[in-house]
Amino acid sequence: MTAKLEAQDIRLDYFQPRTNTRLIALDGVNLQVMDGEFVSVVGPSGCGKTTFLSVVDGLIAASAGRILVDGEVVTKPGPDRAVVFQDASLLPWRTVLGNVVYGLECIGVGAREAKERASSFIELVGLAGFEQHYPYELSGGMQQRVNLARALVMDPKILLMDEPFASLDAQTREVMQEELLRIWVKAKKTVLFVTHQIDEAIYLSDRVAVFSGRPGKVKEIIPVAIERPRALGLKREARFHAIEDRIWGLIEEDVKGDRNRRTVDRSEPNF
Amino acid sequence: MSARQNFYRAHERAILGAVMVLLFLVAWEGLERGWWAALLRPWLGPAAERWQLKPIFISSPTLVAQAAFRMFFVTGEIWRDLGWSGLGYVVGLALAITVGIPLGLAAGWYRRLSYAVAPFLSALNATPQVAFLPLIVVWVGTGLGTRVLIIFLLAVLPIAINAHAAVRTTDPRLVRVAASFSAGDWRLFRTIVLPSSLPFLLAGLRLAIGRGMIGVVVGEIYGSASGIGAMISQAGSRFQTDKVFVGVLTIVAAGVILVEIVQHIERRVDVWRPPA
Repeated sequence: MTAKLEAQDIRLDYFQPRTNTRLIALDGVNLQVMDGEFVSVVGPSGCGKTTFLSVVDGLIAASAGRILVDGEVVTKPGPDRAVVFQDASLLPWRTVLGNVVYGLECIGVGAREAKERASSFIELVGLAGFEQHYPYELSGGMQQRVNLARALVMDPKILLMDEPFASLDAQTREVMQEELLRIWVKAKKTVLFVTHQIDEAIYLSDRVAVFSGRPGKVKEIIPVAIERPRALGLKREARFHAIEDRIWGLIEEDVKGDRNRRTVDRSEPNF
Repeated sequence: MSARQNFYRAHERAILGAVMVLLFLVAWEGLERGWWAALLRPWLGPAAERWQLKPIFISSPTLVAQAAFRMFFVTGEIWRDLGWSGLGYVVGLALAITVGIPLGLAAGWYRRLSYAVAPFLSALNATPQVAFLPLIVVWVGTGLGTRVLIIFLLAVLPIAINAHAAVRTTDPRLVRVAASFSAGDWRLFRTIVLPSSLPFLLAGLRLAIGRGMIGVVVGEIYGSASGIGAMISQAGSRFQTDKVFVGVLTIVAAGVILVEIVQHIERRVDVWRPPA
């Protein structure tokens, strides 16, 4: 069985004019995500996990390596993948409905059909009745729901999620995690989820890919053998903590190693 | 709390503003009519005469109002000047908009074009553009062309510079969203860059309205027989102070009305912004 999404030996280096050096952001990332699977990527900050997601989406071209969707090489953004962005990134001058239809507009779906499809996804993310609201009138959690609907309405094969809950407060984040699983079961999507929160990654995922510090690559893939549906209370169970400890141990090595190398350049690439 | 206090709180801004304007007008009227001199005489003696000024010097609100009534409704002489100035202003401003907005947007969009026009924009921006007036007179004479050109020159810069800055400050996160949905350049421009630029463009227009008014006055003082600016300059040299004030206040009123119109448009297009 071929993977839904496969990253083959993705390398990314770029020139940094300020220090006049070549920096390696990603150093041979290999990852497979199966159909309908939920895979998270965690790692120390600056390990290139968001950059990796941009490469998968095709926003950044890899220096070497290939991204395959259903066995086909992709190099540009396409309707088979949709991103749920960090900080919601909603168009502030568009209403909820206007934001959700934006992607459909871009691929040339007629206004009427776009509106119909958008409405059902707005309902799915629990925002029915808010269609005509502007983003500033919504809470952070509601904005992220719009962000999610905007990606889901494209009916992508793969959903790429870039720390979507990072800017939310702790309670809202937990609610959104539970919501996301509910929606994921309904929408039956393959998900690649980037986060720096280990408990979030475990709670959501079938497998967790742990990235090493810069240059980023997959250090280990930890399966989460916990049955679904999962309740939030799971986070207080011993088997959950066991996986958490294991992942934290893997990341800790890098964080500590990094602290000893004071000269390391931690700046994010500026694309 | 009494009803009167409530009324005051609700309209504090308008009430305070109106009271200050009224006080200012009374103070002014008093200077011309000698109210303050009469009031201060017991203490200052003859020195109090300093508090009365000649009408030729400062005129007075009532004299200005009389002159305005005469010029607008009796002789109607101001309408010709107003039409003449208005024509130059509208043409100059329209030209500044049609050149400034596309130029600024294009310079913001194409990095190389921005590098190419930057020296001219910053040089022009650093000079008082009225310094070009003698040159303009040499080139196009003293007719409508001169006034249009100086108004254009004054108004085009804030418009172009704001349009340029607007494109440069487009939120990169939104550009990423568009790119992720495979939006082409034209769609990116239309759906992301232009809407996010609109408030900047209107702010530029608001600045340009005031700058254009400078062009009206200076352009006509320098080389024109009619128009509000010319009228002000001629009345000034004949010490017809009240006429000068009528001209100045007419320009002020025109500027305020135009800025109000733009602000009204700004509020209409800014419904998506959180109320400040």
